[in-house]
Amino acid sequence: MENNFPILKIMDDQGNLLEESYREKLDKQLVYQFYYHMCRIRTFDQKAKNLQRQGRIGTYPPFEGQEAAQVGSALALGPNDWMFPTYRDHGAMLTFGSDMIRTFLYWNGRVEGCVPPNGKNIFPAAVPIATQLPHAAGAAWAEKRKGTNNVSIVYFGDGATSEGDFHEGLNFASVFQTPTIFFNQNNRYAISVPFDKQMNSKTIAQKAIAYEIPSVRIDGNDCFSVYFETKKAVERARNGEGPTLIEAVTWRTGAHTTADDPTKYRPQDQGKDIVEPITRLERFMKNYGFWNEAEITQMKMNIEEEVEAAVKGMEEYPKAKVEDLFDHVYANPPKQLQEQKDTYLELLRRE
Amino acid sequence: MATQVKKTPQQNAVTEKMTLIQAINDGMKTVLENDQMTLILGEDVGKNGGVFRATDGLQEQFGEDRVVDTPLSESGIIGTSVGLAVNGFKPIAEIQFMGFIYPAYDQIMTHVSRLRMKTMGHFSVPMVIRAPYGAGVRAPEVHSDSAEVLFTHMPGLKVVCPATPHDAKGLLIAAVEDPDPVLYLEPMRSYRSTKEEVPVDSYSIEIGKGNIRKEGNDVTVIAWGAMIPTVEKAVQQIERNGVSCEVIDLRTLYPLDRNIIAESVQKTGRAVVVHEAHATSGLGNDIVSVINDTSFLYLKAPIERVTGFDVPVPFFALEEHYLPTPKRVQIAIEKVVHF
Ligand SMILES: Cc1ncc(C[n+]2csc(CCOP(=O)(O)OP(=O)(O)O)c2C)c(N)n1
Repeated sequence: MENNFPILKIMDDQGNLLEESYREKLDKQLVYQFYYHMCRIRTFDQKAKNLQRQGRIGTYPPFEGQEAAQVGSALALGPNDWMFPTYRDHGAMLTFGSDMIRTFLYWNGRVEGCVPPNGKNIFPAAVPIATQLPHAAGAAWAEKRKGTNNVSIVYFGDGATSEGDFHEGLNFASVFQTPTIFFNQNNRYAISVPFDKQMNSKTIAQKAIAYEIPSVRIDGNDCFSVYFETKKAVERARNGEGPTLIEAVTWRTGAHTTADDPTKYRPQDQGKDIVEPITRLERFMKNYGFWNEAEITQMKMNIEEEVEAAVKGMEEYPKAKVEDLFDHVYANPPKQLQEQKDTYLELLRRE
Repeated sequence: MATQVKKTPQQNAVTEKMTLIQAINDGMKTVLENDQMTLILGEDVGKNGGVFRATDGLQEQFGEDRVVDTPLSESGIIGTSVGLAVNGFKPIAEIQFMGFIYPAYDQIMTHVSRLRMKTMGHFSVPMVIRAPYGAGVRAPEVHSDSAEVLFTHMPGLKVVCPATPHDAKGLLIAAVEDPDPVLYLEPMRSYRSTKEEVPVDSYSIEIGKGNIRKEGNDVTVIAWGAMIPTVEKAVQQIERNGVSCEVIDLRTLYPLDRNIIAESVQKTGRAVVVHEAHATSGLGNDIVSVINDTSFLYLKAPIERVTGFDVPVPFFALEEHYLPTPKRVQIAIEKVVHF
């Protein structure tokens, strides 16, 4: 099966194009878009890790190493498409248009972090593994029924493929031919459980065969293959040709979350040979004459400023309101819930 | 763990000071040593020793065959445990957080709890399902649920929930030895909060038996798990005003220890029930029913319940407002005492 699903790659570890035909598709604007977004979400990610260490936010799951997979796929979408992320996909969400202050708020235990900007179809990050796959099939089904050509993309890890919801989501998408992109980030571990203990299959792409869904296995650290393969899947979906499964093989450079210690279960030198995606793109930019030091220095300064401002925005955000505990559970709260709220607020007032 | 080894005079047993999670670990170690048919399965329980380290060191000691890292599938973990259990093994299945037990709900509701009934005892499912539950540790969404009543409302299953290291080990061993399936809930907020002397040998705490943590005369306060420390804080405060409280730790949520509740309430004539799950359909209502059935004419005041609100357990910024606080417990005690 591994041979049936070779890892597709456009750019090698040294930043050289393996297929010269892509040279003309990669103009400066696009290349800088990749670079900007990957640097931006990396800066966000590093800041979040630091904030957690300082106790300024809660447990945080870093996505470092997976930037190409998240940026490449998010940039392949159109503004009206739907995104169904997991807890590790805030990079994709930020690239697609999530608000950064709210993203920090999310990791500070605030529901405000689940509310997307108006007009953006971004679902709250799924915490229960794989539950979001059927949602993505359903939202895409709705678009199809409404006669639009909008699509949905759903993110999930290698571990998620073991849950029933993975298979149910794929099957529904297949049966109803929904315009859905099942975007897997195979970062080779589900917390401590390595790929080969998670499944006996050699690839995730092969699982699509059972559902008659086209699939492809790509180098998830190569932003170009992520972008162009996702674009192909999106185009097919828009044209009424149904779902696609993409397995982006990548590597989580750090811990599962800030509460996790990967030295317990990962050999020290594992992953050392993997070229992380930003380094790879930088090599490409230098090899092909895209590197403009002054422009990049400025870009990075702007990113730093934006992230610092977002941290400030998070910390200056109005405190969580106790009323919010009660007010959003029902459209019309039942009387007994209203009473619970009133009694509790009265108690707080008396204190 | 091997700090102070000493003999406690009452039990004349060798003990070690352990946290609640160390006691759970020690309980599992004890049963793995004593019963070759036991095995542990779950997500990250092997090499990683569990995300909370509940199974730390057990795979090293007992091998990958008895402490098994499974694929990420709760329904798979419980479903295969059913097959293992009917075929001679005693699985101890870990669900990483109670909020992730829902994919396995179907297996537990439709098979684990009913297999004995529907085969007239031909097949039984002697297994233990361990699950950390509860809020108060600033965990991400869904990690903080307290969903015990989904399982007490499930004939065929027993549900236990220790509050202390000593009870944790004893109840774990009792759960493994029980001929029927047992859901074993772990108050994650109390995992490392205190240490106490725990016998190193095997012992069990009878399922279905509560414990009087503190005797008193004026009011009975009933709780379990992570609410015990909350109740004890409230009681300490209120006893300064000369109110004498009896504190019952139920320890088993199904079947309830009706006697311990009735005897205490018949003595005090007043009761407050505290739990962190939602009020509506909460176990507190069953406890009120027990009091109604056994002790109605002894009551000097209506029973008070202090519970989580009827809202999903919130994201952690508001979780302290969701959880019953010592203050809320104190107010409820005052209310029944001064009725
Ligand atoms: C239903 C469910 N079970 C267990 C968990 C606990 N958990 C959180 S992340 C994780 C591993 C997920 O691995 P994978 O799907 O590969 O995604 P990754 O974290 O590597 O991005 C587990 C077991 C959960 N969130 N949901």
